[in-house]
Amino acid sequence: MDASFEQPMKTSVVPVAAPRKRFESLRGHKFSRNLVWLLMSLPAILWILVFKYMTLFGVWIAFTDFKVRRGVFGSDFVGLDNFRFLFATDTALRATANTIFLNVLFITGGLVASLLIAWLMYEIYSSKLTRFYQTMLLLPRFISWVVVGYFVYALLATDNGLINNILRNVGLQPISWYATPQAWPGILLLTSLWSGMGIGSLIYLSGMLAIDLQLFEAARIDGANKWQQFSHITLPIILPLVVINLLLSLAFILNADFGLFFQVTRNQPLLYSTTDVLDTYIYRSLIVTQNVSMAAAAQFYQSIVGFVLVLLFNWIVRRIERADEPLALF
Amino acid sequence: MATYSQKLREQKRLDTDRLMNLLSRFSIHIVIILLSLGCLFPLLLIVSASFTDEIALTRFGYNLIPTQFSTDAYAAIFRTPGVIIRAYLVTIFTTVVGTILALALMSPLAYALSRPDFILRKPLSLFVFFTMLFSGGIVPYYILMTQYLRVQDTVLALILPYLVVVYYVLILRTYFAALPSELIDAARVDGAGEFRIFLSIALPLAKPALATIALFTALNYWNDWTTALYFVRDPQLYPLQYMLYIIQSNAQAMQLQGSVGNITVGEVPTQTARMAMAVLATGPAALMFLVFQRYLVRGVTLGAFR
Repeated sequence: MDASFEQPMKTSVVPVAAPRKRFESLRGHKFSRNLVWLLMSLPAILWILVFKYMTLFGVWIAFTDFKVRRGVFGSDFVGLDNFRFLFATDTALRATANTIFLNVLFITGGLVASLLIAWLMYEIYSSKLTRFYQTMLLLPRFISWVVVGYFVYALLATDNGLINNILRNVGLQPISWYATPQAWPGILLLTSLWSGMGIGSLIYLSGMLAIDLQLFEAARIDGANKWQQFSHITLPIILPLVVINLLLSLAFILNADFGLFFQVTRNQPLLYSTTDVLDTYIYRSLIVTQNVSMAAAAQFYQSIVGFVLVLLFNWIVRRIERADEPLALF
Repeated sequence: MATYSQKLREQKRLDTDRLMNLLSRFSIHIVIILLSLGCLFPLLLIVSASFTDEIALTRFGYNLIPTQFSTDAYAAIFRTPGVIIRAYLVTIFTTVVGTILALALMSPLAYALSRPDFILRKPLSLFVFFTMLFSGGIVPYYILMTQYLRVQDTVLALILPYLVVVYYVLILRTYFAALPSELIDAARVDGAGEFRIFLSIALPLAKPALATIALFTALNYWNDWTTALYFVRDPQLYPLQYMLYIIQSNAQAMQLQGSVGNITVGEVPTQTARMAMAVLATGPAALMFLVFQRYLVRGVTLGAFR
């Protein structure tokens, strides 16, 4: 790679014969250049066409009584019946409520934790240990949810889990966690923080590192303490970053991390009342009860709300952003 | 005299400042170290459990230090290693082939979209990035994969899903667009074709970004179990993480039916063996993470996470 990289550089030093002719042919090459670029894009474009656009036609399933044999467009059109059934069930409403509630919990918890950790890391950034800390904090994100499910089990197992052992040792009643739904918003919040706070904090930290140090110097001379420096300098400056992240997460408020809810709860039906979210509901409708139309209806409802929210939030950001610092996504 | 006491007071103030500063830095270190340990702790718990004697684990429970050290779990796995080796091969194959193909698909597209004089740049960008706003979701995707492409129970089903991640294309495009255009112009003057320029100038220059995307893609493949959950029923094709899931849910089912007692215990690996398998399945990913972690940090700053 490196050798071939140097070649054109070297030849470019050599005077080019008949530069005029070269430039003319360059203009003539405009078409062929564009053709090459098109050909280069084509494989990935094809993938996107099949996997992203053909599936868009699939939303039609939500409006049909889908039969595998008859295919997507051969199945009977039933209008909004699927949606009527969907919202007539308590399960779909419960899944929606759970998704929104837990996401709000994760978003606020994640924001506070990430900002706090970023700030702490910023204060000791000169230390050689920072790299090590970053590694440790990032690591959980790269552990598969299956394995996360394993160790949450090691912590919470009723008979021999670590937490129940500790409870027993201090003379308390052990709790059968996998049958106690009201504990799970907290457990899931902790798991989600454990997995996500490293990345969240790193994003904000990189924003903080871009701040001009003279600002802090000036504030210190004026007698501002650390907290005042944070709330009056750091926070306002990284606010755009915070806003973007917040809006992005809010736009996907109906989308839940399937792995977190499926593996960490061990898909335990006893916990559904607080842990069943739209993504797990869709999975069950599709694979377990095999009611494809119902799954598609829930899926369409999730996708369309996400789409509307993205457009809406982008519009809001555009309204409030100042011309000198554009925040909008597009 | 007044100036001296003033100086002294000033000095004292500076000293307390420095002490406070030192103390606060020290306590911040303590907090972050505790957090780091918190991140590591669950993994240590699993490693410890995998080295614990089965009976001791059942009786005394999970602990950070094995209550009774034993390598039986690993010995049991390596006595009949067929299943785990098979799963390892599936995972390694999909990770290697998937990552190479993904880069081969994504980087040319990202490069083309980064060229300012590409006539189709705007419409193609819109075509590509619109998919970030609206997605059909898992249901149409499931129907597409099983009814139209019919790739269920093939290794293709495991590779296809992550070949193009639009977000990664966006990152690569930004990186390509920031490359100095003089180099590319110079090569063009020398008569190098566009594809040559891409291969021998753009790609080598974009190595850091490519490495980041390669690492993310590789970890996506390595940690993938949802694809198998939807599209693989053939045990020969179970990737590692899905195999772990199956073992876990079998054990769960056995616990539930334990009172019925018509399942022989030997079919399901013991608790410690399950933990040992989790360790074996996570090891390579954790290693990949540690070796290449500087690319990960870069990835985060490039915005490689949604």
